[in-house]
Amino acid sequence: MIYDSAKRKHPAIEEFLALFRYKDLIYQLVRRDIVARYKRSVLGVAWTMLNPLGTMLIMVLVFSRVFNTVQSYPTYVLTGIICWTMFQQSTSFAMSSMVWGSRLFQQIYLPRTSFVVSTVLASLVNFFLSLVPLFIIMAFSNVKFGLSILLLPFSMLILFIFSLGVALLVSTLAVFFPDVAEMYPVLLLAWMYLSPIIIPVEILQEVLNGLVITLNPFYYVVNIFRLLIYDGIFPTATQWGLAFLVSITFLVLGWILFTRKSDSFAYHV
Amino acid sequence: MSEYSLYEPSNKTAIYLNGISVKYQIPTEPIKNFKEYVIRYIQGRIEHKEILALNNVDLMIDQGEVFGILGRNGAGKSTLLKVVSKVLIPTNGRVWVKGNVSPLLQLGAGFHIELTGRENIYLNATLLGHSREEIDERFEEIIDFADIGMFIEAPLRTYSSGMISRLGFAVATAWKPDILILDEVLSVGDVAFQEKCIHRMKGFRESGSTVLIVSHSIDQILSICKRALWLDRGEIMMLGAAGEVCQTYQKKLTYN
Repeated sequence: MIYDSAKRKHPAIEEFLALFRYKDLIYQLVRRDIVARYKRSVLGVAWTMLNPLGTMLIMVLVFSRVFNTVQSYPTYVLTGIICWTMFQQSTSFAMSSMVWGSRLFQQIYLPRTSFVVSTVLASLVNFFLSLVPLFIIMAFSNVKFGLSILLLPFSMLILFIFSLGVALLVSTLAVFFPDVAEMYPVLLLAWMYLSPIIIPVEILQEVLNGLVITLNPFYYVVNIFRLLIYDGIFPTATQWGLAFLVSITFLVLGWILFTRKSDSFAYHV
Repeated sequence: MSEYSLYEPSNKTAIYLNGISVKYQIPTEPIKNFKEYVIRYIQGRIEHKEILALNNVDLMIDQGEVFGILGRNGAGKSTLLKVVSKVLIPTNGRVWVKGNVSPLLQLGAGFHIELTGRENIYLNATLLGHSREEIDERFEEIIDFADIGMFIEAPLRTYSSGMISRLGFAVATAWKPDILILDEVLSVGDVAFQEKCIHRMKGFRESGSTVLIVSHSIDQILSICKRALWLDRGEIMMLGAAGEVCQTYQKKLTYN
């Protein structure tokens, strides 16, 4: 095994290969994120399921009168919330994992994307667990389970790709500009209210001639999930295509920016 | 022309550095936020002060050599180690390193206090690039060496600091590295454990690992290294037999 700085591949490819070699590390990091998080709480991993339920309950209490045109509003909100939680958590944690990891990056060689990738994967595991309360609520509120539910893995893949892409973008920015980490939660809050998470799509469609929806990448991501679960119908080819296109674009942009800049991470702490 | 630039790494070479420079850019006025950066960028007012942590360093180290690096604080010793261990990509020059590099820097940096000893062994060893199978193989040996016994299933927060460093050392040295980097670390634990560490280091040396030692202690370098390098302000002051380099460095220290 020879490391020769004169014969390096393109950083984006090199990073991908390195990450594959370190796959056991990714597994350990994901495991650590999940295990360590709840180790001292009595209910443990059950919190992953209880948290979205709690948020949903509040939203339903607050908004169900206002948005009473929506069919089975609890399911609508819950489908939105668990997608958003996955996205919000993974991108924010990815940013802080870079700060935590910088101490290690200064001392040993690791694929630079490993912390971001493992954080997003850990959030995906949490997302998977939060499907349990969703299905329970659906059963109670008489939402039909369609065959479309079988395509759920594809929807999770889209959510994962999109979250990873944004996570890579914001973590790169956060390394160079620490203020991004402070700004990001506010940005997320605004983004959430401009996305059909709590607010029904029909209402957002009236804002700015529907531009809030059309130009919102997260809409395409959450839309696929809602169509499969909440509406119980198969998305059209265009809907799949747009969702994949949007998320893959973010991943490619994020991966290229991150790997291009990652050589200089060690210079910036 | 430098001494090495005409050579290419041969099949005996472990580490080959050619014209290595590391340039840190430090903004003259710290820019903390994005807005400020954008405004300054447009105005063309981003100014940097450049610091050369390493300046055109050439070095060739053979496999199995025990090599010492001397120098004051801020001379570029740690930067040199970072370049060799792939942590830092140099601004200029070529790095060529054969085999796996095991840096014994601050032990246990990757530990998590809520995880058990067992979980931490797996986490820390994968951070060092080992696979699951490799860890399974050496697991018992690591516990024995660290001497933590019953604590293996307890969370790390219940460990004493001595136990944590012992565990860190045991994981980091469980595999024979091709290149071992020692940055002022041989001061772990009690005397008995230090003996064990030195014994293990000697074992590596005898079985052909290349060892790179950074130390303030001239005596330590003299007693184990054959060749040594004296760095000052990122430049090579002297490179040669450990005895001569140590002597000159010692003289320089006593003059100032």
